[in-house]
Amino acid sequence: MKILTTVKRVTDPDMKVRIQPDQSGIVTEGVEYKMNSFDEYGVEEAITLKEAHGGEVVVVSIGPGAATKELRTAMAMGADRAILVETDADLDSDAVARVLAEVVGREEPDVIIMGKQAVDSDRSQTPQILGSYLNWPQATFAYKVEIEDGWAVVGREVDGGTATKRIKLPGIISADLRLNEPRYASLPGIMKAKRKPLETLTPDDLGVDIAPKVKVLNYEAPEERGAGEMVDDVDDLINRLKDEARVI
Amino acid sequence: MGFYDNFLTETHRMFRDTATRFAKEEIRPHVDAWEEAGEFPRELYFSAAKAGILGVGFDEEIGGSGGNAMAGVMVIEGLMQGGSAGVCAGLGSLGIALPPIVQSGDQNLIDRFARPALRGETIGALAITEPNTGSDVAAVSTRATLEGDHFVVNGAKLFITSGVRADFLTTLVRTGDDPHGGLSFLVIETNRDGVTTSAPLKKHGWWASDTAEIGFEDVRVPSKNLVGAEGSGFFTLMGNFQNERLALATYGVATAELALNEALRYSQEREAFGRPIKGFQVTRHKLVDMKTRITAVKTLVYQIAHRMEAGEFLVEEVSMAKNLAAELAVDVCFDAVQLHGGMGYMRESLVERLSRDARLLPIGGGTQEVMKEIIAKQMGL
Repeated sequence: MKILTTVKRVTDPDMKVRIQPDQSGIVTEGVEYKMNSFDEYGVEEAITLKEAHGGEVVVVSIGPGAATKELRTAMAMGADRAILVETDADLDSDAVARVLAEVVGREEPDVIIMGKQAVDSDRSQTPQILGSYLNWPQATFAYKVEIEDGWAVVGREVDGGTATKRIKLPGIISADLRLNEPRYASLPGIMKAKRKPLETLTPDDLGVDIAPKVKVLNYEAPEERGAGEMVDDVDDLINRLKDEARVI
Repeated sequence: MGFYDNFLTETHRMFRDTATRFAKEEIRPHVDAWEEAGEFPRELYFSAAKAGILGVGFDEEIGGSGGNAMAGVMVIEGLMQGGSAGVCAGLGSLGIALPPIVQSGDQNLIDRFARPALRGETIGALAITEPNTGSDVAAVSTRATLEGDHFVVNGAKLFITSGVRADFLTTLVRTGDDPHGGLSFLVIETNRDGVTTSAPLKKHGWWASDTAEIGFEDVRVPSKNLVGAEGSGFFTLMGNFQNERLALATYGVATAELALNEALRYSQEREAFGRPIKGFQVTRHKLVDMKTRITAVKTLVYQIAHRMEAGEFLVEEVSMAKNLAAELAVDVCFDAVQLHGGMGYMRESLVERLSRDARLLPIGGGTQEVMKEIIAKQMGL
């Protein structure tokens, strides 16, 4: 089974985000980058499936040259080879999906496993748009994945509970955070990953026009939260939620 | 990316990422309890080994993870995000216990001691200091006398990091009378008859690391446990000091960075006279001084690691960096506690622990004064 999985290089979510004075983006100076956490679940699942069913895990990233670190991290975890579609442009989800669709055309995987969203932009669109371009079935927000006889049975997180969906492969699965516990990119794994193949392409090589259809006009920091208040007892809390906050 | 990160390769960054994630997931959630308990679970060695963290700096063919001086710096930086130098030092005791064994090339010793320790199954410790001998290594008096195919060991070792739980001790012993040429390394298993281990010593800092006094009374150790040639102990020890001092310099910088981050956070949150305390010039300047010194010392440490990785033997510079980083950590922690006021004196605040842990740095691995004597010698004074 050939599994394609994706990783995005994102700013470290544990760092404090600062907005540039002209609101055009966030301050990137002194910022650390890492693999999108939801993609870690996707990569882990891809490797687990490979371990169970055999085959190959190909990991793809679209982004700057420095994203080779995130690709090598995925290979250190156990992916077999990597493809970087290199661009410094700011991409919308549609452009990402169209680039991926071309990669999928070349690689012809049996299944695509992606993080359900990136922790920087939080859009949660690419897997769905990609499904539409490829005309493949999709099962999003997976907490459980089983592959049997050319089908994937996927347990999904949905509002108010869970749902199970069975999709014919090839198909797309997006990973939620209960799916698994991503393994460490072990230090010996990191050394091995240096010797695994990493192919670099450009959007031009794939014939994809990445000009955005969606443009972010400006970024603003949320309003600073005021100090909390201590309440005397539960009755006081309930009264104030009712009368002051008006939330119950 | 930081100012000094031009010294780092992609592999270095990945090492640091893994160690950081390990620290955040496996250490930080439990660290307060471990500090109070005075130890961390033995299983942590195993999980650190699985992530390849224990193996940094050791060859892949003996079960290590590869990497060199800078890789070691990365792993310490990452692990320190757990907030406890004691945990790092406890986990890292094999980093000083194994090199003499590995460098000897003795396959028997490597198989019996290095490989299991790198798998996290056993704990190794380095035993040099004695009740009456610290930096004056030539005065080591624990004696190993050859009787047939065994050495008989008598003496005592003090302040042994991971000593309480260690399964084996890479021990500096006197096998001859020459002050330097009479010293050898001998691996002593702690379950041998005549080895006594003290209860954990109560320390000023590094609470989560177990530190012991160990006594040897007519302990019979097979001669095959001798590391390298008889009489080579002093030379081996000197060769390994550079890595240990680079590691301690890294602890210093990492400790100062953690303290600065805490101070930045607190001075933003804490209000006095109607505004956050960072609104006061005196506070801002304090924070600026911290960052300025951290930037300078960290740049030096990275530069040294970078050049050691290229094979340079930087006795003078690494001694300077060790002293600078130790002073940096002590001073920055002092100021960070000061900015926290009463809260900084409470055990629930991280800076309280950091300030105690920092105090080890001008003492352990060669005191500040000994470092200065080494530098003086290099200067031809």
